[in-house]
Amino acid sequence: MLAFVIRRLLQALLVMLVVALIAFTLFRFVGDPINQMVGIETSVEDRARLREVLGLNDPLPVQFGRFVWNTLHFDFGISYQFKTPVIDLIGERFPATMELALVSALLSLMLGIPLGVYTALNRRSWLSQLLLALSLFGISLPVFLIGILLIFAFAVSLGVLPAFGRGEVVRLGFWTTGLLTASGLRAIILPAITLGLFQMALIMRLVRAEMLEVLRTDYIKFARARGLTDRAVNFGHALKNTLVPVVTIAGLQFGSIIAFAIITETVFQWPGMGLLFLKAVQNADIPVMSAYLLLVAAIFVAINLVVDLLYVAIDPRIRLETRSG
Amino acid sequence: MDAPSQPVKPDARSQGRLAAFLDNDIVYSFLRSKVTVVAAAVTLVIVLAAFLSPFIAPHDPFDLRQVSLLDSHMPPAWAAEGDRRFLLGTDDQGRDVFSTILYGARISLIVGVLAVAFAAALGIVLGLTAGYVGGAVDSLIMRAADVQLTFPAILIALLIDGTVRALFGEGRNEEMVFWVLVVSIGLSSWVAYARTVRGSTLVEKNKDYVLAARLIGLHPAVILFRHVLPNVIGPVLVIATINLGIAIILEATLSFLGVGLPPTQPSLGTMISIGNKFLFSGEWWIAIFPGITLAVLVLAVNLLGDWLRDALNPKLR
Amino acid sequence: MTAPVLSVRNLRVEFPTRRGTLVAVDDVSFDIMPGEVLGVVGESGAGKSLTGTAIIGLIEPPGRIGAGEIRLKGERIDHLPPERMRRIRGKRIGMVFQDPLTSLNPLYRIGDQLSETILTHTDVDAGEARRRAVALLAEVGIPAPQQRVDSYPHQFSGGMRQRVVLALALAAGPELVIADEPTTALDVSVQAQIIALLKRLCRDHGAAVMLITHDMGVIAETADRVAVMYAGRIAEIGPVRDVVKAPLHPYTVGLMGSIPKPDADIDRLVQIPGTMPRLTAIPSGCPFHPRCPRAFAPCPTRRPELRPHGRAEVACWLFEPDMAEAAR
Repeated sequence: MLAFVIRRLLQALLVMLVVALIAFTLFRFVGDPINQMVGIETSVEDRARLREVLGLNDPLPVQFGRFVWNTLHFDFGISYQFKTPVIDLIGERFPATMELALVSALLSLMLGIPLGVYTALNRRSWLSQLLLALSLFGISLPVFLIGILLIFAFAVSLGVLPAFGRGEVVRLGFWTTGLLTASGLRAIILPAITLGLFQMALIMRLVRAEMLEVLRTDYIKFARARGLTDRAVNFGHALKNTLVPVVTIAGLQFGSIIAFAIITETVFQWPGMGLLFLKAVQNADIPVMSAYLLLVAAIFVAINLVVDLLYVAIDPRIRLETRSG
Repeated sequence: MDAPSQPVKPDARSQGRLAAFLDNDIVYSFLRSKVTVVAAAVTLVIVLAAFLSPFIAPHDPFDLRQVSLLDSHMPPAWAAEGDRRFLLGTDDQGRDVFSTILYGARISLIVGVLAVAFAAALGIVLGLTAGYVGGAVDSLIMRAADVQLTFPAILIALLIDGTVRALFGEGRNEEMVFWVLVVSIGLSSWVAYARTVRGSTLVEKNKDYVLAARLIGLHPAVILFRHVLPNVIGPVLVIATINLGIAIILEATLSFLGVGLPPTQPSLGTMISIGNKFLFSGEWWIAIFPGITLAVLVLAVNLLGDWLRDALNPKLR
Repeated sequence: MTAPVLSVRNLRVEFPTRRGTLVAVDDVSFDIMPGEVLGVVGESGAGKSLTGTAIIGLIEPPGRIGAGEIRLKGERIDHLPPERMRRIRGKRIGMVFQDPLTSLNPLYRIGDQLSETILTHTDVDAGEARRRAVALLAEVGIPAPQQRVDSYPHQFSGGMRQRVVLALALAAGPELVIADEPTTALDVSVQAQIIALLKRLCRDHGAAVMLITHDMGVIAETADRVAVMYAGRIAEIGPVRDVVKAPLHPYTVGLMGSIPKPDADIDRLVQIPGTMPRLTAIPSGCPFHPRCPRAFAPCPTRRPELRPHGRAEVACWLFEPDMAEAAR
């Protein structure tokens, strides 16, 4: 068990190193740190001197080491577009994205799981067919299209919900939250639904598929043969066995949510990291791109690690050592 | 008791070949599911319309002589100020929305199919190599797959695009944008193919006929392509159909975000992003019609994929 | 005369498919007396498992009981409303399946699975249920039951798991236990133990057993009576000693001949040529006639019924007095 944990940690570290390498390559070679910092008039000698001062002529491993060191101290360099430290830009926008992601994830779980269970247990009901059809929409429609349609329906036509922005936010230490104000709550509804609809449809279909598989197993057949009630069979046995793989997949999907936030933030002009990243891509702002990559990679790797460990904790087959009986 | 023999229909093979074809399980399940038939029909219509767009589009939206700012911002033909020439209205440049949708759908489909083909080819080659050669090569490829799997496709596609943009600046022409799009979408989705193919290769590798082929001296590539590959086509097809829907969405999303196809050669995603700007001023048709087309297209592709998955699933047959 | 625990009459299990209705169990009738072990033997696909599944009411749609009656202690149980059937399952009829590995929910401790079954069917509290669970484990031969009651299924070996499965099937004290290939998935060395355990448990708890298997050797050792099934029908049914020593139906003769006997003076095992027909291609008349070495005039066209012959019953034209005359 301990060996497993250590192995996973090393794996995670390896992935982070690879990502850091990619980020470093981007940072150092794709962008030109010099040209973006100085004007056109700067002389060649001044540029050369600047190169020396910034350590751009040092051996590559040294530069990489310095890069990693800086990263660990949250020093991501200066944005080409805004000429401000990248960490400030990210720090300002991090809470917005996180809140949006968490609310979406919660929404998708709270609706996706019950609906998935319902459609598995009531395969032939018209409601199940309807829900399945709708879920197909949910996973077929691109996120931006959902956002636009929602805006069109609720903001333009009905005028009941805002189409952009975060509403009023409350500052709590280094975090800003929109969940404590009325306008903030209203502002997060459409973006959260947009971001969470795909996940919800996915989870619903996943739960349904898993549950149908589980309901076909021998141990469910045996449970029925023992005369256990439908409730015990469906919710006691089947549901528990269904949720184990579902929970892990849902956890991994959280990373997806953070990535898709890019799109949602664009549609709703939500002031988060995603929008920042997009502008960086559009304007070839390498430091921001590289920093976003590192941060998001760290989050993903952390999620993967937690999910793997969680799986071991939940499934007794993996947790306990097998003893012959 | 003289029980008559079982009331079973005569074997299909005794009937004509057409009847036998229609009786085949896969075709049967296809025709039985009305939804799938409709989905296939819709897909066919859109695909045909898209590819015949130069012939059936009432206007050529890229011919600058035909496009005039005087025609811009016109609502669909059935509205009060509509014009019969422009069935679904015009955009801010005066281009006919209907024609642009046809051309846009064509480009969206082409990018999607090419991206899937690229991803499949790359994934199959890497999967075969990893499975057959094993050892360090296998480890390397699978580690790369693991690292890539931690990231959603959109992120990878955006990253590649941003890098190319930084490297080449604004000196990129339309054709380059097109291929960068295909490659970035393809690169973000090869892993599923590689994993499946690798799995099958590992299984087939140890079978006797492979050993025999090696003894004869057949080149590994020949063995892989002639023997292993046919066994994997089923799952690869299933992945490809799921992938096609995702690829189309990915392209549309990238175009919407402004890093895909430009307004001069718009895909459905680009059109929606243009139309987005005019939603609030009441000119909904510029965004909504391309949006509906995109939605219907992806939905149809997904339905076909669903059916194909069920039909090829041995457990459900 | 005592009344049978289970009485099956003209049972028919069918599957509607798009190519027509397939009949998997065709006009099957038999009784099981209290405390008796009835073996049901036949090749794969003969319909033995389906018969058992039909009795306990777990046929999955589109399969269905097309005709016939199933009576438990005189009370009809085919086509009962689901809730009433549920109460019968486990409490009055228990069932044991082939693969002990997949029969137990891997995420629950076996003690909890046992307690749950006990609590569902009896009116005791949790503490008492647990005590009974431990007692059951001891009875089926699990060492250190006090500790093992909190173990998970994967912590047991195959044989031990099947003992747990037996404990679960008997937990609520059923009158009839249907054992569907209970030893097929186990090591040979363990098979005999489990069969002996099954027999002893059922005798101690006063339960009758319907032992479904394709292994004639197990039947010969364990059963009181045996029914031989072929293509969904019963070919022969009678006391074990009679059927084994003096088989009547040509199929049974073939089956007995194919069992290796250490003391028999033969060079080769008897083989029955051909294979059992698929459900879509069951021959007319007597379904065994294409493979039967003694088939004659009526066999391809007229289906034989089960008729008494001595202490057994057999469905074969060879034993119909007027037909047999015509054969000679």
